[in-house]
Amino acid sequence: MSRRWINRITFLFMGLTGLACATVILLVALILGHIAYHGVHHLSWEFLTTAPRAGMTEGGIFPAIFGTVFLVLLMTIAVVPLGVCTAVYLQEYAPAGSKLVHAVRLAIQNLAGVPAIVFGLFGLGFFIEFAGRSVDRLFYGGQLHFGQPAILWAALTMALLTLPTVVVATEEALRVVPRGHREAAYALGATRWQMVRYVLLPQATGGILTGTILAVSRGAGEVAPILFTGAAYYLPELPRRLNHQFMELGYHVYVMATQSPDVDATKPILYATVFVLLTLTFLLNFSAVVLRARIRRRLAEGR
Amino acid sequence: MRPMRSITAGLLALAVPLNAAATITIKGSDTLVILNQKWAEAYRAKNPGVSIQVTGGGSGTGIAALINGSTDICAASRPMSRKEKLSLRDRFNTLGVEIPVARDGLAVYLNDSNPVKELTLRQVEQIYRGKIANWKDVGGEDAKIILYSRENNSGTYVYFKDNVLQGRDFSPMAQSLPGTAAVVNAVVKDKRGIGYGGAAYAKGIKFCPIKKTDGDAAYEPTLEHVKSGKYPISRDLYFYVRSKPSGDIKSFIGWVTGPEGQELVGQVGYFPIR
Amino acid sequence: MSRRAAESAIEAVIRVSASLAIVGLVLIFVFIGKEALPVLLSQEVRQEAGLSRLFLPQSPEPSEPKEFAWQPISAIPKYSLLPLLTGTIKATVVALLFALPLALGAAVFSSEFAPSWLREIIKPSIELLAGIPSVVLGFFALMVMATYIQDLLGLDYRLNAINAGIALGLAVIPIVFTVAEDALTAVPQSYREGSIALGATPWQTAWRVVLPAAFPGIFAACVLGFGRAIGETMIVLMASGNAAVLSLSPTDPLRTLSATIAAELGEVVHGSPHYHVLFFIGTLLFLFTFATNLLGQAFVERLKQRLSGSRL
Repeated sequence: MSRRWINRITFLFMGLTGLACATVILLVALILGHIAYHGVHHLSWEFLTTAPRAGMTEGGIFPAIFGTVFLVLLMTIAVVPLGVCTAVYLQEYAPAGSKLVHAVRLAIQNLAGVPAIVFGLFGLGFFIEFAGRSVDRLFYGGQLHFGQPAILWAALTMALLTLPTVVVATEEALRVVPRGHREAAYALGATRWQMVRYVLLPQATGGILTGTILAVSRGAGEVAPILFTGAAYYLPELPRRLNHQFMELGYHVYVMATQSPDVDATKPILYATVFVLLTLTFLLNFSAVVLRARIRRRLAEGR
Repeated sequence: MRPMRSITAGLLALAVPLNAAATITIKGSDTLVILNQKWAEAYRAKNPGVSIQVTGGGSGTGIAALINGSTDICAASRPMSRKEKLSLRDRFNTLGVEIPVARDGLAVYLNDSNPVKELTLRQVEQIYRGKIANWKDVGGEDAKIILYSRENNSGTYVYFKDNVLQGRDFSPMAQSLPGTAAVVNAVVKDKRGIGYGGAAYAKGIKFCPIKKTDGDAAYEPTLEHVKSGKYPISRDLYFYVRSKPSGDIKSFIGWVTGPEGQELVGQVGYFPIR
Repeated sequence: MSRRAAESAIEAVIRVSASLAIVGLVLIFVFIGKEALPVLLSQEVRQEAGLSRLFLPQSPEPSEPKEFAWQPISAIPKYSLLPLLTGTIKATVVALLFALPLALGAAVFSSEFAPSWLREIIKPSIELLAGIPSVVLGFFALMVMATYIQDLLGLDYRLNAINAGIALGLAVIPIVFTVAEDALTAVPQSYREGSIALGATPWQTAWRVVLPAAFPGIFAACVLGFGRAIGETMIVLMASGNAAVLSLSPTDPLRTLSATIAAELGEVVHGSPHYHVLFFIGTLLFLFTFATNLLGQAFVERLKQRLSGSRL
């Protein structure tokens, strides 16, 4: 091949891949720009702090924000201890080459690939129909308290969905703690748990936090798992108990986009809600990225 | 492990069932959901002690919830079927109590620019079964008819199927949209589209006047025509409860069917039952 | 409590919570499968929705020809899965046709050609796309993109396979990009240096050396993207038109397995044949994605082995 041809192909190849790259980034910018442009002007303090009125054509989205926060809070309480314990087991406790480790890894990876809607089915079939009804039978004499869609079940469903995120981030954080720190702890007579509790976990806090933030961001955005497990169209009151239903930002977007009584009147509210949801998930993602970068840098310096 | 203990204690406190304020749950028809929300807001303004939770999802959802015991009131845009009543009897040994709360003229939506002036019931049936596929066959332009329908959990879907399609199946090309607003929105954006749904929802589209047979005059779904029965596609909207209402539920339903509740019916574009 | 007892108690707790991931996965399968089983076992359910009804054609009325129809609410309910399977595959194929060239191209550009400062911009921007909730992508496709695509191509249907597929593709791009980029950067620098030293140009190096070396990882990226596309719900629920049509045309609307569950499960009477059929669909989705994930992971493993083996 002549030099000229090689140059041309090089140019073409780089150009095409670069074009692909530019297209994707442009698409992202286009979507975000469109939503920000249409969403930002309806935003106000009142919008964020009042409830919807007049069939969602007026008022704000406070109950949806509250519900989302409540949901991810419950989810975090469930998923973080579980995820951290799992990661600690995989990294520290499990004997090398153990079958359990292999199986847990496989389960985590596959859990990450199960479609969100299947988690929704599971939440209905297991948490509500099985666990909820059992609780009602045992403690409430069969009266209906927990055997119905509720924020608790939605949060637990979401916790299972986000478990892989927390495990993977924590494992990464544990992996980079230098071997010497562990050995030093043992040399001072620490038991394994003491070593984990006082040496490893403090050093892995950043990684655990990153995983938690990513999980929260995912949990705040997923709608399919909560369709049948607890989200409601409209509630005049905020959820205060674990067995209450709740309003949620993502579900609110879905409902307003498809079931609003007056499309034109709802549009500004809809865009503003999407904007709030996006801002929330992006702030979370962004802080996770910054946090992770900082931890990696610190580790690189420490070595 | 002190934080753990306080978290557990907090959770247990949260889990204790609620007794303080009375809660009434309404679940069901999307056709009724705006009206329910209005009723809930207005009733609560008068009776702060009673909290009313409104969820949509479709009449089927509401009836299923009534049968499963997960709602107090089911809002339905169609009567309960025999099968559903039997399921209810199996679980709660009752056939349920039906309370009409509003009347709805089911409108056929066309895009504003569509030149079609009127349709007979039979034409609407043929269109939705896919037997008439071009607007020129019913006096319009030479263009494909795009069908918009509802998800099969909606009472509107079932009512339309039973009463307009005579129980036959919709054409598979009919797009099922998850709410009446989505149908309206679709017809607004689609010159060749046709949709159906409550007359309350319609903004930015026109209602197609409908005639019963070729010989009749065509009527729009207005208060007068719906009341007199000249408009052929109208229906009652219902509340269902498992047993004869009492206490808070009774006073709420009484208020809804009374003058104050019925006044709100008109405001959202439905027709009062009296 | 003695210290040793406390230690082993803690270890037990940690081991149990680790195995909860396995328990969770098994429970998902068991509880969805359990509700799906009546489709195979219960006499009553099979009469209305047995396997033959799910996969073979059925007449809507005795006088009319047999067809594949999804009409669960009907005098004679019809539960043919064929239109739903076709719809799912159609949406997935369009999504992959849209997403794979873009994501793989971007991955190659980012790992092979872009200077490091540009890479620092590209990677987070594409990861930003992963952070957009799928309901927002669905909203965008429903409210904005559909109109543009319809006008641009002059289509009959505003919501169609192309619209749903492209929106779905947007959700697939970040997954494919991330996995493929990881695979490409995992190829040892010495490969590239060797190739350049032998006189190859950067594109020759990328095309003939790096891509083949990273192939298992790139294949894994495609497989994982496929798995994501097949199970995604909110996007197709909002952007596809949800008509259960048996058609291969990308300009017709479609209805996927996942959207069918989302749209109909809220309504069904628990324990009815319709309810069990929806769980049966859920089981199918679970098995599909489980299989694609295993396949994807197997290829990632192979990449690791190949690259670490060659380093020795």
